[in-house]
Amino acid sequence: MPKVKIARKATAVDMTPMCDVAFLLLLFFMLTTKFKPDEPVTVVTPSAISTTLLPQAKVALITISKDGRVFFGLSDQNQRTALIQNISTSYKLGLSAKEIRNYELASSVGMPIDKLKQFLQMTPQEQKKYNQEGIPVDSMHQELSQWLDYTVNVNNNDPKLKFVIKADDNTKFDVVNKVLNILKKDNHHQVHLITSMKTIPPGTPAYETAKQSGTLDSNGG
Amino acid sequence: MADVDLASGSADKRHKGTRSKKLSTRVDMTPMCDVAFLLIFFFMITTTLQRQKTMNLYLPHDVKNEDQQNKVKESQALTILMGGDNNLYYYYGIGTEAAKDPANKIVKSTYALKGGIGEVIADKWNSVIKNSGGRDSMVVIIKPTKAATYENVVSVLDDMNIYEVKKYALVPATVNDKKMINLKRAASGLPPIVDSTSAGQ
Repeated sequence: MPKVKIARKATAVDMTPMCDVAFLLLLFFMLTTKFKPDEPVTVVTPSAISTTLLPQAKVALITISKDGRVFFGLSDQNQRTALIQNISTSYKLGLSAKEIRNYELASSVGMPIDKLKQFLQMTPQEQKKYNQEGIPVDSMHQELSQWLDYTVNVNNNDPKLKFVIKADDNTKFDVVNKVLNILKKDNHHQVHLITSMKTIPPGTPAYETAKQSGTLDSNGG
Repeated sequence: MADVDLASGSADKRHKGTRSKKLSTRVDMTPMCDVAFLLIFFFMITTTLQRQKTMNLYLPHDVKNEDQQNKVKESQALTILMGGDNNLYYYYGIGTEAAKDPANKIVKSTYALKGGIGEVIADKWNSVIKNSGGRDSMVVIIKPTKAATYENVVSVLDDMNIYEVKKYALVPATVNDKKMINLKRAASGLPPIVDSTSAGQ
């Protein structure tokens, strides 16, 4: 019986296809990724059963910190540029190109308009350390509606623009109410509140509805 | 590294002159692959995996004309009052009945679903369906005082979603509401509720 010769094969594996796949995935992640914008304050959002996702485009975010300071930010960077340019011209702030660039890079800013220039002169590192005062929302003197008006202008009255409120668990309703009233007065009647997910308690009507529609599993209930 | 070149033998020594070595055209892809996966890993970690969830809140138009306002029937309404320090009170109706006898009509409760406001909503819900048919006829009026926290408000709004209450109104508590809470608290020997600003709305 002849000996069966086992052919000697190279142990090398061709890495090219694997590499292709890896780069394909890399490209996908690079294009789809959206870095978490660093926030001026840490906000712990309350939990709710709501599963509606935060719209990705055209979001005007109003952040309210624990101590009642109000911050305002736009999701779109180009719109942020237009917004700050408009604010700068109409309030005669005379912001330089560098200061405008600084605003573009900041996610949310909570400064009274007259102190905006002073804040934007700082480097991003200094801005992070700086304790922002918050946008005034008192009924006697409030600037939030100006920000909202200019945002609507920049968006050409696009109905897709969403107003989102992100407030902390321990924010007093007093401040939230002031913000809601300003939004209402400016005819923005649909507001989104950012919440963190919680499971639907069993035995409640919402639980039954979710069970019937088969969405329960995705909620982890 | 991983590529073992079997073609290279020891035959080269025989040739004289400067003939260049025949090099394999294959490039080892392993390090490149490593780098690519490392980068993928980085993007996967930094990317916001879960988009934030939102709860929709509709702010109704202010109606000046009283004829256009929605009238709420006393029998179909449940009013929830929220004070500071996680205090929660409720009464049935829109306040006309409760104002007559705050000490007995206003009830103290908690934010808990079981044994708290959740059960109250469920009970009211059942009684409204029994008495007046449609489940959509029940109206919950949510009245947070200035000292109530955002968490409290969202928690009650969430209860509306949990119990599928279709009609609810978020109205800031008035001076009268605060007076009623304080009367109730006085009746049970408690000091008045803490409110950041004493002035009315």
